[in-house]
Amino acid sequence: MSGTFLGMPGNFPDNSRKAVADSQLRFNLRKATHTIRGKRAGVVGELPDWPELRAAGKAIKEHTLRNLDRYLLQLETAVTEAGGTVHWARDADEANRIVTGLVKATGETEVVKVKSMATQEIELNQALAAHGITAYETDLAELIVQLGDDFPSHILVPAIHRNRSEIREIFLEKMPDVPPGLTDDPPALAEAARLHLRERFLRSKVAISGANFMVAETGTLVVLESEGNGRMCLTLPRTLISVVGIEKLLPSWRDLEVFLQLLPRSSTGERMNPYTSMWTGAVEGQDFHLVLLDNGRTDVLADEVGRQALRCIRCSACLNVCPVYERAGGHAYGSVYPGPIGAILTPQLRGMSSELDASLPFASSLCGACYEVCPVAIDIPEVLVDLRAKAPHAAVEKAGMKVAGWILDDHERLAKAQRAATRVRKLVPRRLPGPLSAWTDTRDLPEIPEESFRDWWERTGGGERDGE
Amino acid sequence: MRVALFITCVNDTLFPGTGKAVVSLLRRLGCDVDFPAAQTCCGQMHVNTGYRDEGVRLARHFTEVFAGYDAVVAPSGSCAAMVREQYPKLAKPGSRGAAAIAEVAPKVYELSEFLIDVLKVDDVGAYFPHRVTYHPTCHSLRGLHLGDRPTRLLRNVRGLELVPLPGAEECCGFGGTFAVKNPAVSAAMGADKTRNIMDTGAEVLCAADNSCLMHLGGTLDRQRTGVRTMHLAEILAATEETQ
Ligand code: SF4
Repeated sequence: MSGTFLGMPGNFPDNSRKAVADSQLRFNLRKATHTIRGKRAGVVGELPDWPELRAAGKAIKEHTLRNLDRYLLQLETAVTEAGGTVHWARDADEANRIVTGLVKATGETEVVKVKSMATQEIELNQALAAHGITAYETDLAELIVQLGDDFPSHILVPAIHRNRSEIREIFLEKMPDVPPGLTDDPPALAEAARLHLRERFLRSKVAISGANFMVAETGTLVVLESEGNGRMCLTLPRTLISVVGIEKLLPSWRDLEVFLQLLPRSSTGERMNPYTSMWTGAVEGQDFHLVLLDNGRTDVLADEVGRQALRCIRCSACLNVCPVYERAGGHAYGSVYPGPIGAILTPQLRGMSSELDASLPFASSLCGACYEVCPVAIDIPEVLVDLRAKAPHAAVEKAGMKVAGWILDDHERLAKAQRAATRVRKLVPRRLPGPLSAWTDTRDLPEIPEESFRDWWERTGGGERDGE
Repeated sequence: MRVALFITCVNDTLFPGTGKAVVSLLRRLGCDVDFPAAQTCCGQMHVNTGYRDEGVRLARHFTEVFAGYDAVVAPSGSCAAMVREQYPKLAKPGSRGAAAIAEVAPKVYELSEFLIDVLKVDDVGAYFPHRVTYHPTCHSLRGLHLGDRPTRLLRNVRGLELVPLPGAEECCGFGGTFAVKNPAVSAAMGADKTRNIMDTGAEVLCAADNSCLMHLGGTLDRQRTGVRTMHLAEILAATEETQ
């Protein structure tokens, strides 16, 4: 059982301070993010029409979100007509109740899972465990996290913070049927996981999945993956339950043309992903249930600036390019959604009442690298800045910003403040006290000049008078 | 052409040398430069830290001070990006403020844009016989899309040897109040940037933004690297006589 993020104490600056000091983590993340970043840049760069594809992806998602009510009903009709059952879940509790009930009705106590962010978000595994049902993750990275009693730290590669020798140790310690003498050779590790999982696929009668896309017109669900394990889960068990966020909708089959290009190139840096599974309603010999999850999404939709976060297709390109994520690691964000998208999605879905959630909009230098790579053009810096205005501010900071604002409101006040600083320029200590020590702990202060620019301009007439 | 210098509050207070360099460079190229004394700050720190109301007030002040000029030159990519990219989002569409912004914002240029796009020069006749590396800074790169404008100018400086900076597009870790709100990550980013700078063997680190240079220069100084930081304007203003 992997841990739970909910109610995690601390805040982003403190969490990331620990991560920054972890040399193994820094090394693992730097290597992994730079590799995948480079691959993405290569396959995106080779498409001359990438900007148009990106604009189309944005436009389709925007249109869908504006007409979400209509398309959701269309989807429900299509899925129902194809023999599936549609359930609506307002929040995590309701979704967990529905899924637990469905599994219980089958009489099974084990389920296999396809990698899914929505079920992580609602902490479904923990909810199932409370009812004596064991959920087995079948995605390799998800399995590593589960076996290691760990937290996911990346959307696409939840175990990105682990290197192969650490994975070997986790397998040797926690995998019941691990081959003795397992090496840290990637094919050997993959083979060990394959043998371990195969037995589960053949035994399990219930599978739980998410979906990358849902097509309103046909009622089709789509899962993209690399390993084929998802397909085993989707096809073998007698009952399939899919939990999907309401924003995963696309109007028509044709729209997939855009997204099946955008997603693999942005996420794994491949031209095409190895496995694409699509299913429409129930197939012979299998029951199908679709649980449509809101869990705060309609509130996000109501926010004019923040709603663009719902366009996200969870490709993780923004994580891989983010300099803050690279150094802080995924766990510092205290959510299944780490990195830039997490910094704008988590505070919107969960609110900013906890110290951790309130610190997330500030977990960015606003460098804009995320916006540049996002395949659906989510202006993440814009949403961050908007959330910062809504976040609670510390009293000291508020007072400081008020004073700064007052000084800057008037050029004569500014000139006076500059002259005051000039007078004490020799007295400024090398290390500043209080919150400003955050600057001088690692950097020297610039010297305060003898004269501000505006005073120089006034004294010399812009350098004309004394030939300066 | 009526050209105004928007010095920016950071340069005004801490880096007057950059402002003097802009003035002497633009005069050398035949421009009359005006310094509207009522100017203060673009409001970027307030807006980006979540103090929108104060930021909006400063933005209004900016549009009043710089109304009526043909061009406003700012030796800061990030302040120019604030005015051009973020100001339009601050005012209600259709309001008087929005109209004032639409009038002023497009005339605000970062220094290298003004030189290349408006004055149409990419050789400013400078002389600076040193090994220099250039950090493009995020808001110049991804906000204003300056592209190769600054390096084109640097390449034409006599005596200057320009060495490419590995990982140049990566943020240096300054990020305004980010540097004090998230000091650990900011310092880690600064350390990696510094390592790349050291790998170039350059004597001088150049950028179009003194705020990023203040963070990187402070880090380079603390580590006693001996690499000095210079604003783009200061290198472009340098001539045989000033050496
Ligand atoms: S925000 Fe954009 S880049 Fe980040 S995961 Fe979502 S779609 Fe991908």
